Amino acid sequence: MLEDLFSVVKTRFNGTESKPEAVKKSKTDIPKGLLFKCPRCASVTFMEDFQNNGKVCPNCNYHSRLTAKERLDITIDKDSLEEFDADMISKNPIDFPDYEEKQKSLREKTGLKDAVITGRAKIRGEDIVIIVMDSNFMMASMGSVVGEKITRAFEYATANKLPVIAFTASGGARMQEGIVSLMQMAKTSGAVARHSQAGLLYITVMTDPTTGGVTASFASLGDIIIAEPKVLIGFAGRRVIEGTIKQKLPDEFQSAEFMLEAGFVDMIVERKKMRRTLAHLLKLHNNKEGGTL
Amino acid sequence: MSNLTASQRLDIIRHKGRPTVRDYIPLIFEDFYEMHGDRYYGDDGAIMGGVCRFKGLPVTVIAQVKGRNLEENKECNFGMPHPEGYRKALRLAKQAEKFHRPVICLVDTSGAFCGVEAEKRGQGEAIARSIMEFMTLRTPVISIILGEGGSGGALAMAVCDELAMLENAIYSVISPRGFASILWKDASREREACDIMKITAEDLRRLKVCDYIISEPAGGAHNDCDQTAENISDYIYEALQRKLKKGLDELLNERYNKFRIVGDFQENSSPSI
Repeated sequence: MLEDLFSVVKTRFNGTESKPEAVKKSKTDIPKGLLFKCPRCASVTFMEDFQNNGKVCPNCNYHSRLTAKERLDITIDKDSLEEFDADMISKNPIDFPDYEEKQKSLREKTGLKDAVITGRAKIRGEDIVIIVMDSNFMMASMGSVVGEKITRAFEYATANKLPVIAFTASGGARMQEGIVSLMQMAKTSGAVARHSQAGLLYITVMTDPTTGGVTASFASLGDIIIAEPKVLIGFAGRRVIEGTIKQKLPDEFQSAEFMLEAGFVDMIVERKKMRRTLAHLLKLHNNKEGGTL
Repeated sequence: MSNLTASQRLDIIRHKGRPTVRDYIPLIFEDFYEMHGDRYYGDDGAIMGGVCRFKGLPVTVIAQVKGRNLEENKECNFGMPHPEGYRKALRLAKQAEKFHRPVICLVDTSGAFCGVEAEKRGQGEAIARSIMEFMTLRTPVISIILGEGGSGGALAMAVCDELAMLENAIYSVISPRGFASILWKDASREREACDIMKITAEDLRRLKVCDYIISEPAGGAHNDCDQTAENISDYIYEALQRKLKKGLDELLNERYNKFRIVGDFQENSSPSI
């Protein structure tokens, strides 16, 4: 991706299309990971500045993707995670060609077993069950492992009377698991229903991108739905809709801001205020201080 | 039961004479009173629902409508519901719960509609809400896939106590066309996609998603609509007999577990894999 970026930058500077050989050459000339190009506003920043800004675009405030580990580091109390089901991996329910190999190489590349981390943790001392999806693993599509781990997390929270906070990110269903992937929508939503009926709090934080079958199941079912600025939120893919209506969609379509205006998001919260906001909302719901009139 | 491939079945369910809910409802139910609207936005022609009798018993029927000609297809948006369709379905399901009527869902859609207005009105939320509410709906729910069961748009009406499929029906995570387009960037490879996706009623029986297969006349439902309706009717009768004798708590536990068990994973993988 960054190699592409350099070719783009180079093209802009030269004012001419660079030839494939030139692109290839730039790969060796410029050190990797030096620049960040924002997918929203296309501005280019030094990677270091972008990272020091919490992986938020300094120009347009787009909150870019974090790994699950990075997310946990900035969200929960230090060393408070008791991870659930850390070694669960998917099989191949519909015998999809090369699915095992694909997973294996991604496990090696990302160090993740699948696209979600779940566990019990604390935020400013408040006990929670946390769910964090990681788009680096098959775009955090929902297959058997994502469905099972999220369902178990909700079941644990229900049994232990704990609130759930879910950081969602997903391209949607995992095509390689076919109908089994679709069923995870029902399975997770069933577990959310039981948690909700027990009178427990569920907060969704929609991060980039929250789409497809995840939007159409547990992500949209939070008592409170928070989104990070400028992230993508939607049901259908942009290209699918453009294909249907035969015209280009405006940039802000399916953004967090668009969904707030449409009435499907409660609030947009910046990354640097997220931990504090979550802690306050948790305290408001358990009222341990025993606040009364 | 015939031994056809998924793509051969796709041809059968796309046959222009394939019966739709408009054919089946008068043959299976009596005194059907259609109800309109979601009470928030409008009325969606892609989902019809109402109250009627099934062999004397009051039931609620909620059905996805496909058109039999261009005129009908314009009204029902080619069977692709908008959010207000799912909200109407849910309203009628809640009404059924209140009056202790079983719900019969007839599923036939290539998927929920993908468009600007559908996104603005919360297609994702509408489907999510429907799935969650059906999971805890305190009355028996039977879903039958008549032709196409496409993605979340079908699942929103297929969270049920028993799922049956007509013999040639398919049920899939995405339409075969969409699948080919995502995986191979080539929608024209739809038939190829069909045959690797495991989407036939037989496949889904093996994957524990489909509970019963309702047989179709030789060559497909279009060859004898009356016979197909009778087969569907016989199935509904048996399914209701099975479900009506259960207590509601038992029913809801079984419904939860029907979906809870689906998944294919292994635990305690060694750290190296």
